[in-house]
Amino acid sequence: MYKILLASRYLIKRRISYLAFLAVALCVFIVIVVMTVMIGLVSDFKEKNHSFAGDCVVGTDSLVGFAYYADFADEVAKLDFVESTSTVINTYGLINRSGTDVSRGVQIFGIDPKSHSLATGFGRTVHYHKDDISKVFVPAYDTNLPGCVLGIDMAMIRDLRGKYQFGQMPFNTKFSISCFPLTAKGALAKAGAGEINTKTFSYSDVSQSGLARIDSSLIYIPFEQAQLLCGMGGVDKRASRIHIKFKSDVRLGTGTNKVGALWRDYMRKNKDKAKANLFETVTVQTWKEHRRSFVAAMEKEQTVLTVMFSLVGITTVFIIFVVFYMIICHKSKDIGILKSIGVSNSGIIGLFSSFAVFLASLGSCMGVFGGWLFLRKINSIEDWLFARFGFQMWDRSIYAIGDIPNQIELRTVLVIIISAFAACLVGAIVPAWQGAKLRPVESLQVNQL
Amino acid sequence: MSNDKYILQAEGILKSYRMGAAELKVLKGVDFAIEKGEFVAIIGASGSGKSTLLHLLGALDKPDEGVVKFEGKEINWANGKELNRFRNKMVGFVFQFYHLLDELNVQENVYLPAMVSKSVLGWFSGSMVAKNRAKKLLCQLGLDERIGHKPYQLSGGERQRVAIARALMNEPKLLLADEPTGNLDSATGNGILEVFENLNRTGQTIVMVTHDEHIAARAGRIITLADGKVSSS
Ligand SMILES: Nc1ncnc2c1ncn2[C@@H]1O[C@H](COP(=O)(O)OP(=O)(O)OP(=O)(O)O)[C@@H](O)[C@H]1O
Ligand SMILES: [Mg+2]
Repeated sequence: MYKILLASRYLIKRRISYLAFLAVALCVFIVIVVMTVMIGLVSDFKEKNHSFAGDCVVGTDSLVGFAYYADFADEVAKLDFVESTSTVINTYGLINRSGTDVSRGVQIFGIDPKSHSLATGFGRTVHYHKDDISKVFVPAYDTNLPGCVLGIDMAMIRDLRGKYQFGQMPFNTKFSISCFPLTAKGALAKAGAGEINTKTFSYSDVSQSGLARIDSSLIYIPFEQAQLLCGMGGVDKRASRIHIKFKSDVRLGTGTNKVGALWRDYMRKNKDKAKANLFETVTVQTWKEHRRSFVAAMEKEQTVLTVMFSLVGITTVFIIFVVFYMIICHKSKDIGILKSIGVSNSGIIGLFSSFAVFLASLGSCMGVFGGWLFLRKINSIEDWLFARFGFQMWDRSIYAIGDIPNQIELRTVLVIIISAFAACLVGAIVPAWQGAKLRPVESLQVNQL
Repeated sequence: MSNDKYILQAEGILKSYRMGAAELKVLKGVDFAIEKGEFVAIIGASGSGKSTLLHLLGALDKPDEGVVKFEGKEINWANGKELNRFRNKMVGFVFQFYHLLDELNVQENVYLPAMVSKSVLGWFSGSMVAKNRAKKLLCQLGLDERIGHKPYQLSGGERQRVAIARALMNEPKLLLADEPTGNLDSATGNGILEVFENLNRTGQTIVMVTHDEHIAARAGRIITLADGKVSSS
């Protein structure tokens, strides 16, 4: 009982307790905000890459592609753990906006919009045809031309606030796209003046994947058009990749391994066919492996950031520890008095740990609440700062981030609260124990431990 | 010598303080015994080790050598539970510098020793008794107006009386008081001594430290401490 009485008195009557409470709340607040934003940015980036690639990718980086893809895609689609597949042509070419004489290099994806949006997140990235993705290549003007979907940064410029200004419809523009068709042997298919295939497309939609590289240099055109442009049509048609989406309960590694086994089997069965040599460049990868040059860089940064934020975390934990240590060190006289009237060592430790637990609970509640409130409003706060002072935390025209992530993860919160409690308790118990193990007269005399 | 009539025995007590290389020998073999119901004054010059000795008698500090026996039984420093019970129930200690808890008011400071020995439930049932006893003790010591005050609002003498009330709270068998009248005017000091004498009359054993021979004369027996030893008793 005396523990409750004294602990609550220490809490209420001493101004330093309020400071300690604020310190705990502030530390919890800062770490929650920082961790949430950081974890959010990383997982957002990964999620976007995952969405871009689907779960598993069978394909080649060679611009020649590989043949006999259709039968294999059918076999994969029949697997019980596969939800859908999308066959894609990947090539590079030049794009020229009609009426101008500026050409630039682009990456070209030939897709079937419907199956591609089933196998990847493509359907969610377009703007004008979200509701009926199969019509994404149907232009609003020049309906006799095939449509093309541009990476959003190729078609639009962000305003200062980082927002795109969409019109009612895609504006009326045509683009001509040129490719160098390659034979199955990798040679230019045509020679002389006509070595380039050029076709005109009508701008029909934009795609915003949220990945800066993709949004600024990738265009989508219908699969067959792409196949013809880059010379993969004709006998033994070729394609570049098959993107595969697994059913939701399938583990990434397991599914990919099974697809890999199926692929090796398929290669063996077809090894005598004319263009079987093209199989050699084909790999079966999870989306992470497929996008590793991007994701790995981010993960490296994440490691660095984690180390840095662990340092921040350790520092805050240490600050909390020091605050408690100092409070209790100044209470050595009280420890001596209590011991002289028969309070046990465990009683002393219990007293100061309940004090610490009180403060830790109040402080972390306050910190979590503050963090939650701040994160909920972080985007409006940033907008307000921008409107008022022209200040932007990061340039939206560089980072393809719409909003600052603010999804608080329960796990993060728990880890932070547990660390705060541990810091409070250790900071309280260490000096309490030091005081308790002294003889009463000793702790009365030292005045401070 | 372990006889029923002694409540407290000190045998061959040595205590020294180490300050770097130098060693300050404060007590150099103190022997005496105190009978139940006695009122004893320990006198000696400032720095002669009176407080040190009293701390040893109250098990607030441990002698370097020698033993302190309470009711014939040696104080066992290895048994924490017994030691705490002893400090809580058997002795009441009045410090020279009061040592009250700043966060508690006067009454709470006084009944704290009763609270310490009780569980939460025990306290709910027993708190009225304890609070009333605290109030009664404070009235006896002339502090009825001060019950709700904080220690820092009191004068030195008032604090000393609160400390005395706290020491008496658990009706200890032995009251150890270090300069209980040191900060009081002679009238109030006299009042305290009367309280002590009354307590002594009802059988309370009291050991009181003082440097004032007039005050010591009020006790039944005087032990003089000089040069780290008992010079007369
Ligand atoms: N913790 C300590 N470390 C070193 N020396 C100490 C310590 N405590 C007491 N002393 C020394 O021991 C001696 C006795 O101290 P003590 O407090 O017992 O004296 P006292 O007789 O009570 O004096 P007073 O009448 O002034 O209260 C003093 O010389 C003091 O300086
Ligand atoms: Mg003294």
